[in-house]
This record gives sequence, C-alpha cells and structure tokens, in this order.
Amino acid sequence: MVENRPWANFFAHLTLMIGVAVVVFPVYVALVASTQAPGDLLRGTLPMLPGAHGIENFTRMWQSGVSNAGAPPAGMMLWNSFVMAMAITIGKLSISLLSAFAIVYFRFRFRMFFFWLIFITLMLPVEVRIIPTFQVVADLNMLNSFAGLSIPLIASATATFLFRQFFMTIPEEMLEAARVDGAGPLKFFKDILMPLSVTNIAALFVIMFIYGWNQYLWPLLITTDPDYYTVVMGIQRMTSEENPQWHLIMAAVVMAALPPVLVILFMQRLFVKGLTETEK
Amino acid sequence: MQTKRMTYPGRFLPYALLAPQVIVTLIFFIWPAGQALYQSLLREDAFGLRSTFVGLENFARLFRDGAYLNSLSVTAVFAIGTTLLSMTVALLLASTVNRMIRSRSTYTTLLVWPYAIAPALAGVLWWFIFNPSIGIVPYMLEMVGYQWNHRNSGSDAMLLVIFAAAWKQISYNFLFFLAGLQSIPQSLIEAASIDGAGPTKRFWTIIFPLLTPTTFFLMVVNVVYAMFDTFGIIHATTQGGPAQATNTLVYKVYADGFVGLNLGSSAAQSVILMAIVVALTVVQFRFIERRVNY
Repeated sequence: MVENRPWANFFAHLTLMIGVAVVVFPVYVALVASTQAPGDLLRGTLPMLPGAHGIENFTRMWQSGVSNAGAPPAGMMLWNSFVMAMAITIGKLSISLLSAFAIVYFRFRFRMFFFWLIFITLMLPVEVRIIPTFQVVADLNMLNSFAGLSIPLIASATATFLFRQFFMTIPEEMLEAARVDGAGPLKFFKDILMPLSVTNIAALFVIMFIYGWNQYLWPLLITTDPDYYTVVMGIQRMTSEENPQWHLIMAAVVMAALPPVLVILFMQRLFVKGLTETEK
Repeated sequence: MQTKRMTYPGRFLPYALLAPQVIVTLIFFIWPAGQALYQSLLREDAFGLRSTFVGLENFARLFRDGAYLNSLSVTAVFAIGTTLLSMTVALLLASTVNRMIRSRSTYTTLLVWPYAIAPALAGVLWWFIFNPSIGIVPYMLEMVGYQWNHRNSGSDAMLLVIFAAAWKQISYNFLFFLAGLQSIPQSLIEAASIDGAGPTKRFWTIIFPLLTPTTFFLMVVNVVYAMFDTFGIIHATTQGGPAQATNTLVYKVYADGFVGLNLGSSAAQSVILMAIVVALTVVQFRFIERRVNY
C-alpha cells in the first residue's frame, strides 16, 4: 500500500479474521456437533467445544449409517459419489476434447450447426428441464444405475469452448510440422495436442470433479435404491426424519464435504485457473 | 467462425469425433427441452389418461395464478438478497486482502474453500446453526429479545436461505474481485495519493469505477447462481415453506411436476425458466465482448 498506517493494518487484519471466522463458523459447528454423544444435542444449546465421541460417531456413520432413516453406510455413499464424480469428470473431458479437436482442426459440412447445437446445452441447466429428462432416462431403463447418474450430465459446452479457445492459441506451425512429418490427425491429437493441454485438462478436472461430487437434484430423482445413494443426497434423507440424529448427520456432512475441500486446498492454483477460465 | 489456416481433410473422422457429444446432447438436452415445450401446450386430465391441446392456456393460467406470481417475487427477493450480501462481503474481504503482502495467500486459502461445499450441504449447515430448538444463533438472538423461528416465519426462512446461498458464493466472488483488483495499475493509485486522496476516496473514485466490469459480470453470474443452482439449499432446508415463503421458481418446477404431478403447468414453468436463462446468457456474452475492449 501507498502509505504506512499501523492502525489501518490492524483493522485490515481484524476485518479479515472476522471474515474468516464467519466463513469457518458453520463448519466448526458441524465438527463440534459430530463429536457429541447422542443426548448432548437435545439438551438445549449446543456445546462450543468438541466432545469425546468423535471417533465413535464417525465409525458408526461410516460402517452402518442410519438405517431407520433409510440412509446406507456413509462409506458406501462416499464411494458412489466418487464413482459418479469421476465418471462425469472423465466423460466431460474426453467428449469435449474430441469435439473441440473436430471443430478447430477440420473443415466439414454442418460445422457451424454442430457448434451451435453444443452451445445451446449451455443454456439448459438440468433443473429447468428436469421432468422430461427424467422421463427419457426412465424410458431408457437407466434409473438406479451409474450410467443414469453420470451420462445425462456429461455433455459440456463449457469444456468444449475452453478447449476450442486453447487450441486456437496453439501455433499453426505445430500442425504444419506434424503434417510434413507425416502425422495423421489422430497421431497429431495424441502426441501433440494432448501433451500441450495437460495443464488445462488438470484445471478443468478440478472444477468438474467438484461439480460432479456436488450433484444433488439428479441423484435424488433417479435413485430409489439405497445402493446407489450418493452422500450429498443421502444426508437430506437423514435430515427429513422426524427426530434427526444430528451428531451422525454432522459426521456425514463433514465426510461429504472433505473430499472436494481437500481438492481445492491442495490444488488451489489449478482450481483458480479452472474457475477463471471456465467463466470467460 | 475461424478455424486454423491449415486443417485436416475430413469426410468421416470429424463426425466420428463429434458423435459422442452430439448424441448425449440430442438425447438428454434437445429432446427433453422439446418435450417440455410440447407438454407446456397440453393439459392432462386428473388421471393422466388423456391430454388435450390447450395452446398457450398453461402460460395464461400461470400469470393469473397467485402462487406463481408469489414465486416470481420470492425469487427476485432471494436473488437480489443473495447477490448483494455475497458480493458486498466478498468485495470488502478482497479489497482488504489486496492490501496485504505477506499474508495474502494465507487469507486467500482460508476464504476460497466453501466453493467446494455442495449447496445442499450449505443448507444443512445453516439450518443446523439456526435450528430453533438446538441452534446456537437463535439462542443468542433470544438474549437480545428476538424469537427466531424459520418454521413459522416466512421472513426468517428467507433470511436463512439467503445466508446459506450467500455464504457458499462468497469464495467465488472473492476470487474474481481479487483478480480484478490486482489488474488495476498501481500507478493510478499512487498518483491519487500524491494528490492527497485518502484510502476511502481512492476506493470510491478510482478502484470501484475500474472494477465495474468485474462487478457487472459477477452480478449476472450471481443472479444465475441464485436462480438455478440453489435448488439444493431450498430442498434440504425449507422445502419452499413456510406458506410458500421460499418457493423459488426452480423449486416450484420440481414441486409442481414431481409432487403435484401437474405436468402441463410444470412444463410451462420450465419453458419460462429456459427463456430467462437464454436472456441472461445473452446479457453475459454481450457484456464479455465489451469487457475485452474496456
């Protein structure tokens, strides 16, 4: 900053600490609640310090879940979430890479038509066309399956645009050199485009993984079999109980939030890159 | 639209490369959207046996329906509240972090992670803190004489979902504001302080105007977020209640279609929402073209 004002610096740190405290508070409360004994949460107010039953609650949630609320073990739900998130991420990345490659490096009839067809999907979030999409998936017998959980969500205009944008910045000489050396389109894609796109792929991977992990409405609708529950929607089943068992629910919330939060914390640079680029 | 100067000749390959994306798009996007359009023109009888063509009747009914008009205004309040709250807090935090040199990256790390939390989980977390019987906040509010109860009070419920939605979005706004602040040339700020402008004056006369493109962009993104991505927050907490006080448009499409089984009306609502998304997307793209020349 331009001038040195000790008081201003003090207030700046104070503001930020309050800000951080507000941001962390809900998660802190969840952590505290997840370490209490069953009765402790029903006795008026919530204690502000962690209790001694953390390991017990987490193990119980992980291994057996809350069966009377129809919630399967969290370990299984986390696995389902992971499979769904990975399927969505890898699916999105691969079909977007291929279509961006076709759009940039080929000239063919209806190129513009296909481009706009993909573009339109950007405008139709799953929430607004939920009922007809559900009908299509039901007609295809894809309810209660990983295919039904992931395939309808893998079309991605955002990723296609991002890769198209990136391919446009690759120097013309790359393709010229490759063609002079006799490389066909697939070899060019595999040996030149893919290695050049690694950072972009990784950045998008982070964003897409979080997107996939946090899906809620879609799994809620198409899974009626607890074997396919994902953790984010499974938690809702537990809270809509008559007497929600908050100590177990909060243990599940912490477990459900941990994987994507760790992804952001450990891959912060890629995350920021992915976030700023997908919105361009 | 441009391509490379040199391209591969392709008769079959480009179509094969595009096929997976196009097939998924046709089956899961274009076809259902077409269905929604078609169903919005039909009316099913009470047993779902016959449907008759009613033209724009479903749309006309919606705009005469008090519940739908209520949902429109609920959505407006929710979107504006979430956007304002989240952007104000994010701008305050970002401009403060921007002053820091050594601690900047630490604070950034501490502030960005809520982006990873699913909207439904954000809802559950805030629902728990504000829980009228065991929550910590109602307990403190009671000491200052306010009876918090989002199960009965519509405005309490609305505040609750706004808090949850804004909380989750702070990290996103923060990152974009911080990037915007860092792209402001330091020389402008130095020139202003030589002319005697203090921090507050510099903020309002130099920094804030130069942030306008970022602010406008974030406004559009936040409104889209509040309108479409917050289904989880509403569903996991208030379920549209009490007495329709938090029944946003997106939640109502789901509630009328899956719970109320009024397919024609739900489809008509979908179509209206699609029109809103298209309009917002156009605004966003128009604006981004301008931002490049700013």
